[in-house]
Amino acid sequence: MTKADIDAAFVEFERVQKSYDGVTLVVKDLNLSLPKGEFLTMLGPSGSGKTTCLMMLAGFETATHGEIRLAGRPINNIPPHKRGIGMVFQNYALFPHMSVAENLAFPLEVRKLDKAEREAKVMRALDMVQMGKFGGRRPAQLSGGQQQRVALARALVFEPELVLMDEPLGALDKQLREHMQFEIKRIADRLGITVVYVTHDQTEALTMSDRVAVFDDGRIQQLATPDELYERPLNSFVAQFIGENNTLTGVVTEIKGETCNVKLDSGDIIDAKPVNVTKVGDRTKVSIRPERVEFNKARLRPDAHTLKAEVLEFIYMGDIFRTRLRVAGHDDFVVKTRNASDQVRLQPGTTIDIGWMPEDCRALDA
Amino acid sequence: MTDATQETSGPIVAADGRPLRQSLNRALRRQKIRALLLIAPLLAFIMVSFVIPIGDMLFRSVENQIVPETLPRTTALLGDWDPDLGEPPPEAVFAAFYTDLVLAEERKLHTRLGSRLNYENSGVASLFRATGRDVGRFDTDIYTDQLVAAVPDLEDGAKWAGWMAEPPVRDALPQTADAYDGWAQMVAEVHNADPVTRQPADFVFAALYRDLAAGAAPPPPLDVDVGGFETVSIRDQFAASDPKWLDTGVWRTMRAYAGPLTNGYFLNAVDMMKSADGPRVRPENERIYLTLFLRTMKMSLVITGLCILLGYPVAWILANLPLRSANLLMILVLLPFWTSLLVRTSAWKILLQQQGVINDLLVGIGLVGDGSRLELINNSTGTIIAMTHILLPFMILPLYSVMKTIPPSYLRAAKSLGANDWTAFWRVYFPQSAPGVGAGSILVFILAIGYYITPELVGGTKGVFISNRIAFHISSSLNWGLAAALGTILLVMVLVLYWAYDKLVGIDNVKLGG
Repeated sequence: MTKADIDAAFVEFERVQKSYDGVTLVVKDLNLSLPKGEFLTMLGPSGSGKTTCLMMLAGFETATHGEIRLAGRPINNIPPHKRGIGMVFQNYALFPHMSVAENLAFPLEVRKLDKAEREAKVMRALDMVQMGKFGGRRPAQLSGGQQQRVALARALVFEPELVLMDEPLGALDKQLREHMQFEIKRIADRLGITVVYVTHDQTEALTMSDRVAVFDDGRIQQLATPDELYERPLNSFVAQFIGENNTLTGVVTEIKGETCNVKLDSGDIIDAKPVNVTKVGDRTKVSIRPERVEFNKARLRPDAHTLKAEVLEFIYMGDIFRTRLRVAGHDDFVVKTRNASDQVRLQPGTTIDIGWMPEDCRALDA
Repeated sequence: MTDATQETSGPIVAADGRPLRQSLNRALRRQKIRALLLIAPLLAFIMVSFVIPIGDMLFRSVENQIVPETLPRTTALLGDWDPDLGEPPPEAVFAAFYTDLVLAEERKLHTRLGSRLNYENSGVASLFRATGRDVGRFDTDIYTDQLVAAVPDLEDGAKWAGWMAEPPVRDALPQTADAYDGWAQMVAEVHNADPVTRQPADFVFAALYRDLAAGAAPPPPLDVDVGGFETVSIRDQFAASDPKWLDTGVWRTMRAYAGPLTNGYFLNAVDMMKSADGPRVRPENERIYLTLFLRTMKMSLVITGLCILLGYPVAWILANLPLRSANLLMILVLLPFWTSLLVRTSAWKILLQQQGVINDLLVGIGLVGDGSRLELINNSTGTIIAMTHILLPFMILPLYSVMKTIPPSYLRAAKSLGANDWTAFWRVYFPQSAPGVGAGSILVFILAIGYYITPELVGGTKGVFISNRIAFHISSSLNWGLAAALGTILLVMVLVLYWAYDKLVGIDNVKLGG
């Protein structure tokens, strides 16, 4: 990390560890730095430590070890109410005994703004989330989506530079969730705020984020932009966690620069790109995306290895076809093909040859 | 059931053509009947064991049958007497009272009546008892002797019965007929004898004399000329038995309590009394109940306040601890419930007395001198300490169950919005726990206001509640009417407070859980 990077970092975690019980570490050696204005998502299965990280940043949990800095200032010992960080909670945490407008005015009141200024800011924030007409309502009188908007407005009304969101869309139905993803992204971009967003929904993470930190087992497994994360996962956890993925296991038999050969447990040889295998004889899990599998021999390289595959199931999904195959003893191998006019519809029971470009098949850790 | 009245343009009709509401009611009737049957046993039990006795008890607070029933003739005449003239009632009232008292004495009712009137005017009980002994020996036998001398048939009970059955005689001699009826009934009931076999008592002859002296003209042989008879003043006979009968006091009391219903108990219960000019406040040295009511209210408020202060943090800890430790703590909170109330209160006696554990400790650590040990018991301090301890769980439990439903994210949200710990608590957490505070307060206050055993044991005289006075009137002074009036006032007070609470806070805002 260069000097300039450190200066530019707005939020930094340095060697942060967290343990609740003194026996196990929930967060193991976390290092993370994000520049101002970035939309960073912490993605991971439950229990991976992502929410703990968010809570440490918000100040509701203290780091057992390490330092957290905000705009270059260590904040470990600053109580949450002095950090000036906006936060949207999973269940919104709108105060039920206050109206929407009172909820929004609350952070301004505790900051001792005068009444006129408060009202102006509340109105502006409500308008921003298209809730201007609902100021007099109680939270219980709003729908889930409306409550979500109010919670967002409340986290933004005091103009924090950093906003944390803890699975804010988890309680909404699919359509509303997708709509709100857009909305949040749009508002964040417009205001230029830095957002740390926690979710376990990978689509959400890919759609909204500038960068995604994939958490597992208390560590960041990969921190990258969405496309890099999807196309170039660094280990088999990330490959499996992000998007749909076919996994085959085997042993590396030959490495030639950017490609290698892997002998699968079934005895078949395939082409792959070595990612974290270093020498012949390493066990590996190879990962291949369903849409990169090719069964049109003409499109493969002449020297490409192919595999026999038996078609088990053909599912018509509108824009794509999803075909389940039995490959090298695995019967959960999935192929996705675009619904084009010239696309072949594979019939269950038939046997075909499949292959792929070596760079699309990543040989990862076992 | 809600019976919302809906305005519709026309009655909606069911498929069979009947109005929809009617059809619905028919359909619901079975359900209602079944629900009623299910609660019927409990309802009957509650009615018989609870509602009816309580209603009867409450009725005693206004019931006053004993005076008009025992003294029907006297109370009928006393209304015309003006006590403010300072004169005892006229001879006619004494004469009626004489008749009433003789009959009451024969039935042994005069002592009960005396006790009843004694609640209002102390000394009446002994007056009634003493005069009751004398009333049979009044000098009215001179009328008997003179009348029998004039008409010997008057010695014959059968003849009397014959005359008294004749309407012309009864019309001519109204007082005699009335006195004879009373006597005849009494003889039949008390002595189990046929009045035909007996000569009427002296008071019947006295009544006959009064009728004749007033100019009555009965058919012969009763038309005796009594002009030359020797007379005796019944008023003087009473005065001879006890000169107090010439005071207006006892007569005022009888006159004030002449009706079958009375507000006297209630006036008593608020330190007032009946007088000729309507209710007036009792003299200062006789006032007791208002002080007691006020003390009961004040101390109950203090106890409720202390319970909030002590219970709120405990409930908060309970609600925020992990379940295992919370359960353990909850057992400690509930522990007092498993011990007898009496035992707990007695324990406080040992702890609080001047040579008790707490004083010993304070003296031991030098906080209090041995000579100036604190008076912690037999006063209001003792009552407050013991009752706060006993009622604390009733505050903690509703608080806990409400706090349990407040997610911790509210406090976090408040802090993330910039509120410090106190603001976050006061503006966000406390308002949401207020329904629990309300429920706990109502519970504790209403329990406290009617508490009996603890103030009785540790309250001394300065720390007793109105309930102790009620108990005293129920079991010691036997003035049940006053006890009922005090109880009714207490009940009304609680209902009024409940109503006020509903108006101010809203009873919907009271939560015992969930």
